[in-house]
Amino acid sequence: MLEIKNLHARIAEDEAEILRGIDLTVNPGEVHAVMGPNGSGKSTLSYILAGKEDYEITEGEILFNGENMLDMEPDERAAAGMFLAFQYPIEIPGVATMEFLKTALNAQRKARGEDPLSIPDFMKTVKAKAADLNISMDMLKRPLNVGFSGGEKKRSEILQMSLLEPKLCVLDETDSGLDIDALRIVSEGVNKLRSPERAMVVITHYQRLLDHIVPDVVHVLSRGKIVKTGDKALALELEKNGYADYVDAAA
Amino acid sequence: MNANTTITHTQGETQLMARFETVREELAGSVSVDALRSAAAAQLRQAGLPHRRVEEYKYSDLRAFMKSAAPLATPSAAPDIEAALSALDSYGDLERHRIVIANGSYRAEFSDAAALAEDGVTVADFSAALTADDGAQLLATPRTAGQDGLLALNTAFVQGGVVVDVRAGTTVSKPIEIVHVATSEGAQVTRCRIAVGEGAGLRLLETFTGDMGSGELNAVFDYAVGDRAKLASTRLIAGAAAGPRLLTTIATIGADAEFKSLGFIAGPGFARNQQFVNFTGEHSDAKIYGVSMARGTSLADQTLIVDHAVPHCNSREYFKTVLDDSARGVYQGRINVAPHAQKTDGEMMTQALLLSEEAEMANKPELEIFADDVVCAHGATSGQIDEELLFYLRARGIPEDEAQTLLIMAFLSEAIEEFDEEDVTEVLEARVRDWLAVKN
Ligand SMILES: Nc1ncnc2c1ncn2[C@@H]1O[C@H](COP(=O)(O)OP(=O)(O)OP(=O)(O)O)[C@@H](O)[C@H]1O
Ligand SMILES: [Mg+2]
Repeated sequence: MLEIKNLHARIAEDEAEILRGIDLTVNPGEVHAVMGPNGSGKSTLSYILAGKEDYEITEGEILFNGENMLDMEPDERAAAGMFLAFQYPIEIPGVATMEFLKTALNAQRKARGEDPLSIPDFMKTVKAKAADLNISMDMLKRPLNVGFSGGEKKRSEILQMSLLEPKLCVLDETDSGLDIDALRIVSEGVNKLRSPERAMVVITHYQRLLDHIVPDVVHVLSRGKIVKTGDKALALELEKNGYADYVDAAA
Repeated sequence: MNANTTITHTQGETQLMARFETVREELAGSVSVDALRSAAAAQLRQAGLPHRRVEEYKYSDLRAFMKSAAPLATPSAAPDIEAALSALDSYGDLERHRIVIANGSYRAEFSDAAALAEDGVTVADFSAALTADDGAQLLATPRTAGQDGLLALNTAFVQGGVVVDVRAGTTVSKPIEIVHVATSEGAQVTRCRIAVGEGAGLRLLETFTGDMGSGELNAVFDYAVGDRAKLASTRLIAGAAAGPRLLTTIATIGADAEFKSLGFIAGPGFARNQQFVNFTGEHSDAKIYGVSMARGTSLADQTLIVDHAVPHCNSREYFKTVLDDSARGVYQGRINVAPHAQKTDGEMMTQALLLSEEAEMANKPELEIFADDVVCAHGATSGQIDEELLFYLRARGIPEDEAQTLLIMAFLSEAIEEFDEEDVTEVLEARVRDWLAVKN
């Protein structure tokens, strides 16, 4: 599904290389966890996958279902099944959440040559999925993310994800800011989406999320490189010992 | 401008002088009205058209724009008015009364005067009212307007309009739409005097339709909002127009009253919406909104003075501008607070969104405060579409054009929604969408 080969990237304006040769292959049905110290490049990797323009790719390539992902616009990637749950979802004043959800869903359907969803069908789907995630209709009436609490924003991201039914879900610290109950609700929402056709990349600092969303593969990212790959036991080990062993290895 | 200075007239000014000589005999008015017209023409002769060295017109040089002056439009033929009205798509099915001003003159046969009378509203011909002994008072200008050139131009040439009186205590059941219709080329100079009696309520829609060629539209709306009265007016200055669109509001607000207005500009090459808002009674509110959109080489100018001459009044000014290509936007807003106007609350905000590198916005919010116990704030922003917001929308699969439209719409809607006239919100938002669709 996703093949990242020797990816190097830096901020376009200056010369600092943030990603320094990432190799990562994610197959359909797999859940990969990416962990690593603050500033190691996890969010950068997720932004590059989503198509943010702030970065310059100096080397390497990304294949998404065999296609060159770096040639695609962000909205084309989304229509092809890429979804990023942002670490910091932004507020969009003046754009009603419902209207936004409908526009996004129908834009993707259109790009794939499908008919738009009828309004009643759309409403029914949103209501059901919102209820699963404990999101009130009142929240959906507000402008997108405006005045949402930190946890509400994260739940709103997962609502979008479950509505858009992407093929590749990249979750950037979706657990941060969630209370204990919300963590469980959101994890259940994510687990519902697990399927043999869908892959997930879960970026997190904490084992507690991985207790709920059990990964097949765990990677440690340090200074822009994957320095260790293992199974779910690796996360447990990191929880105990920290990154000291791996950070040095990357130097 | 020194009275002894003679200026070199532009072709436009020369033609305006000639126009005055041609039509002055035909223009309606009592002896004192005639004197006012002559004085206004003299001012024009001396000072010329408003130009960039006049502070209030620094960014909107009418002299440079009005290269020629078309003759005044001649009376419309009835079938032409009918055709224009049936083509009018201003507010769709919205239930409303209509008052028609065609080629500068009130046309009773196309207006709903009878229905309005039942609703507590009288409508009279402005030009007829000018011939009455006290006709000159209809041309009074507020102190805040000073020697404004547009008002002088209006006084010199005003052809007609309406005098509308809403009986005290009456809330008019439906909005009144005053439609300016052009059925042939030529300038239109009109003035409407709208008096909303004590405790009365009126919603007004101001619409302009038809092609005036290079002729100017110079329309003055003079509102008298009585004590405890409410007036909400929506002014729609839309559609491509070659000649300048020059609109002036004079609002005189009584005590415990509420005045609300929205000036919507989309399309004309040169549009100026200027407003002189004057509080004369305590505990009143004025909410003034503006939505401007311009592209190509167009100019959209929103200028206003809100005069807090009395204590305990609130005013809110909220203006939004979207500019593309090498269009120019102007916001000049001033809140005056007189020395004894304590407890004034004024909040002015102007925000512009620039869609291209060449677009230019002149934002000039000003406060002139002479009282000490007041709350007044003003702010101005000018910037591009936020890339972060755009990326977020695109990351959800919304193509760039559509995402831009969504964000521009959201930006302008903030003012439209706060104006909060439900009847017109949808129509205005549809107009914004139409305007944006032209580009995409
Ligand atoms: N737009 C940018 N401009 C400047 N520096 C940037 C930019 N984006 C990322 N960086 C830098 O790149 C490095 C990696 O940042 P990134 O956000 O990817 O880290 P992270 O692994 O997600 O960290 P965290 O765990 O704190 O979320 C950091 O040093 C960061 O300051
Ligand atoms: Mg991060």
